[in-house]
Amino acid sequence: MTLTIWINLIYLLAAVAFIVALKGLSSPKQARNGNLLAAAAAAVAVGATFFNPEAHFSHHTTNLVLTIVAMVLGAVIAVPVARLVKMTAMPQLVAIFNGVGGGAAALISIVVFLKDAHLHDLGAPKPATYAIVEAMIGLLIGCVSFSGSAIAFIKLQELITGRPITYPGQQVINGLVGVAIVGLTVATVLTDSVPLMIATAVLSLALGVIFVLPIGGADVPVLISLLNSFTGLAVAASGFTLNNNLLIIAGTLVGASGILLTRMMSKAMGRSLANVLFSAFGSVVTAGAGADGTGETRQVKTGTPEDIGVLLAYARKVVIIPGYGLAVAQAQHTARELADLLMEKGVEVFYAIHPVAGRMPGHMNVLLAEANVPYDELKEMDEANPEMGTADVALVVGANDTVNPAAKNTPGSPIYGMPIINADEAAHIVFLKRSMRPGFAGIDNDLLFDDKTTLLFGDAKDTLGKLVAAVQEA
Amino acid sequence: MSTTGILEFLTIFILAIFVGNEVVSRVPSILHTPLMSGSNAIHGIVLVGAMIIMGTASGAAQVVLGFLAVLLATLNIVGGFTVTDRMLEMFKAKPGENPARAKRANPEDGAK
Repeated sequence: MTLTIWINLIYLLAAVAFIVALKGLSSPKQARNGNLLAAAAAAVAVGATFFNPEAHFSHHTTNLVLTIVAMVLGAVIAVPVARLVKMTAMPQLVAIFNGVGGGAAALISIVVFLKDAHLHDLGAPKPATYAIVEAMIGLLIGCVSFSGSAIAFIKLQELITGRPITYPGQQVINGLVGVAIVGLTVATVLTDSVPLMIATAVLSLALGVIFVLPIGGADVPVLISLLNSFTGLAVAASGFTLNNNLLIIAGTLVGASGILLTRMMSKAMGRSLANVLFSAFGSVVTAGAGADGTGETRQVKTGTPEDIGVLLAYARKVVIIPGYGLAVAQAQHTARELADLLMEKGVEVFYAIHPVAGRMPGHMNVLLAEANVPYDELKEMDEANPEMGTADVALVVGANDTVNPAAKNTPGSPIYGMPIINADEAAHIVFLKRSMRPGFAGIDNDLLFDDKTTLLFGDAKDTLGKLVAAVQEA
Repeated sequence: MSTTGILEFLTIFILAIFVGNEVVSRVPSILHTPLMSGSNAIHGIVLVGAMIIMGTASGAAQVVLGFLAVLLATLNIVGGFTVTDRMLEMFKAKPGENPARAKRANPEDGAK
């Protein structure tokens, strides 16, 4: 009995550490310590669990060995993957680690269900209704989070198109699956039947897939944040099932903060969460793609690296606007090289970072931090925009939607209302782009056809390298 | 568990919602990604639950599913904290403390 109290005290301390850690993660100075604190607390709580009388490890040596094997195996896979994956693939990685957490919560529900059914066969009474409801909630949310994260991963990894996938009657089908799940859940709670529980799990997995398919492009990161919050709630449900305060507190913290974070992310894109999830952005995108044919007849002005190098070297103020293209090309170091070179020549240079530049809010800051670009050269959109009017050159590297004036001027556009960086106010605009293909949102950018715009096609790292050489010569 | 038991858990649940909302209410957008990743690691604590059900698992089905649960939860918690640390590591460089930056200051001085 006293052992149980000690274990629960350790769990309580871990829960407090998680709260402090989340608070720390919200401030740039404390973030790393916050994360380390949470990791340490988790390690202590996991270690204590080996001695938790509820786990009965002292009576089940085989299970103890298998648990350790599973943990070692998990760590051996997770550490190298987390260490070695490129920074650009970070969103996918977070999606996977989130999905497996949801999967674990769902499996806990299933095993608890099997245990209760086994006891019931041996003559024990049917578990209390609320206990089954708790297990079913964990199962449902865990399954949706697992399969939804898997699809988000496949989309971000571009194994299937990153664009929204829509088909006729989509909303109706999703609705029907949702109703079927509710019906099956009620039936499972009433009958405590294992086959019905399995059927609910399968349908929940399907719901995760069809819920995520129509969400595409720049909305996927918001979706991952939402699924992260879902997994938190599934873990809280596991906590209810296992009567474990630590799981309830940790899961709920993540669930609640995750919803708030998701809403902040949607707001950064100038849209509501409901709009992100259900607008089927796709229908508008197809219309935009259809207009491509007429778009191609318009003339764009391309420049040589030498021309642009001179333009940059003799400017007073250059604003670099990085986007996903820079991230894919791993060009953050070359961008810094160019910026440093220009600064040596006495040009004022800063980076203007759109909140959703890259593929996740804050993603671009992480990438540029990797290239040792100091904080004071990074300006957030609200800070950068008042200065755009006085900039001689806006150098847009692999960005498109985040500088598209359609967000300000074209009420019908799917990105209308999204805050953008006002590259159009600079005296000259230089786009480094791979091709004329539209950006993530799949719509044309009038700024590309503007008189003061010059384009340089190619891989961002390559073209930036050429610009470095050209500026040195200039 | 008695009815008072579930009420206690519900109380904790509701309070945790408010705490969760409060702690992240003022996060700057540059930290959105690390925060998402960090909270993703925190829900990896589901590993504790997976261990508890694995400890008492009996029969092939329960053991296999329990094993999988522990494996998946470990991936979540270990991978989550590692990747978050890697992200935050990059934020540590501050102007002045960074050798690459210090080097750059010299040619600038020369130009002036």
